[in-house]
Amino acid sequence: MNGSICSRCGGYGNLSASRRLAMILDEGTFQETESGIGFQDPISFPGYLDKYKKAAKTTGLEEAVVTGKGSIMGIDTMIGVMDSGFMMSSMGTAVGEKIARLFESAATESKPVIIFTASGGARMQEGVVSLMQMAKTAAAVAKYSEQGGFYISILTNPTTGGVSASFAFLGDIIIAEPGALIGFAGKRVIEQTIKEKLPDNYQTSEYLIKHGFIDRIVERGDLKEVLYRLLCFHQKFDGRAVDVTIERQ
Amino acid sequence: MSQLKDSDNSVWEKVIAVRSETRFGCMDLVNLLFDSFFELHGDRCYGDDRAVRGGLAYLDRRPVTVIMQCKGDSYKNRKECNFGMPLPEGYRKALRLMKQAEKYARPIITLVDTPGAYPGMEAEERGQSEAIARNLYEMSLLKVPVITVITGEGGSGGALALAVANRIIMLENAIFSVVSPEGCASILWKDKRYAFQAAKDLKITARDLYDLQIIDYIIEETDEMTQLADRIKTVILKVLNELEFKSGDEICDDRLKKYRNIGEIKNI
Repeated sequence: MNGSICSRCGGYGNLSASRRLAMILDEGTFQETESGIGFQDPISFPGYLDKYKKAAKTTGLEEAVVTGKGSIMGIDTMIGVMDSGFMMSSMGTAVGEKIARLFESAATESKPVIIFTASGGARMQEGVVSLMQMAKTAAAVAKYSEQGGFYISILTNPTTGGVSASFAFLGDIIIAEPGALIGFAGKRVIEQTIKEKLPDNYQTSEYLIKHGFIDRIVERGDLKEVLYRLLCFHQKFDGRAVDVTIERQ
Repeated sequence: MSQLKDSDNSVWEKVIAVRSETRFGCMDLVNLLFDSFFELHGDRCYGDDRAVRGGLAYLDRRPVTVIMQCKGDSYKNRKECNFGMPLPEGYRKALRLMKQAEKYARPIITLVDTPGAYPGMEAEERGQSEAIARNLYEMSLLKVPVITVITGEGGSGGALALAVANRIIMLENAIFSVVSPEGCASILWKDKRYAFQAAKDLKITARDLYDLQIIDYIIEETDEMTQLADRIKTVILKVLNELEFKSGDEICDDRLKKYRNIGEIKNI
């Protein structure tokens, strides 16, 4: 396995946030921001603390998203990576807050934002407070975007529910990894609603690009270069046209 | 869970009651709340969703844009309304009408009553996630007052996509939840029969949500519909008066602040 890609079938395994960051950012450039926002229990949901503790222990993380800054082939960017190992990367108050702050600091520092999304949806254990994080993060993207900020979202397996229906689908450019499950409702719920089996390719990256909802499907190994090229296109033009693909060689 | 007392069922009973076909819907309220409701159709992209309806109306002689979710009131009607579960074109129609309201400086009143956004194949195919995300984004930037009244079921993202408002008003017996109690029970405890427990734990009643500072007003219910409409109208007018002399940017900031501050962060 290289980059968590199966050598036999080419299928993608899920990456931890730290492995993803190591694959995308220039070595030694990552600086975490917004750490220290951990367990929030707005509705005192029974059993939530135990689940949280278990997730924190297995992943070594304090929440389902890691945010910070770093550089990609020399270009500075803000970055957020969701880690599906942490309670299916569900979005509660802490995740919503970290995402909102990421956009706020990107606006202050005039930097682009790159987010790798993965999520089972809103975190039920935080009730409607977690639902409201959809509005909070969408508003953060809106405010940042109004100020001219550039945001790329990369949808990875799985990106569903409240995360897909908020900041994941609000990127200026939306990329997906091949074969990722992306959608609003869960497959089982849909099957129960329509009382039919769904086709295999349903709610995959390939299905979404066909229906016009994402810009590109990009192989994991090519992501860093693609992100670099996109960042180049969106740098302030200083009077010199740059063909980045040539310049890099 | 076997030691639960009967009284613990009260929230679940609320859920059943609010979903009941005998409970009034937004269509029952619209003509009592507003004058001369004039419906406008279609999202200009794909179709005209019947679970989300909207148009122009007068509220106390002031022109407003009204958007509401409809479950229907007869079997045929309910089917036509897809039992109140909007398709992406419903959210896109709502957004079209909201942008139009902004252009003509009309306040927007949304009436929310849905089990949730439709979880079906065509909904996914036409981008349910994108449609909801887009509404959250655009609603947060609107420069006119947005007031949401949750009249019945506030079903998750499907409700929120019409509820990014300066103020949220909730009827006493309405509910607002991130997930249906059944859905929560089947995910957490692999058994839908614990829905009554989930209903209680999820904190979905108007009182709970007021305490969590998510909603701003609770309206006491009465069987007398005209009286109920009057109570709702009084609160809407009060809020509109508060926002009336604010600039577009101030109205937008007022809304952004509300959502930015939800969920107080306790640092570790």
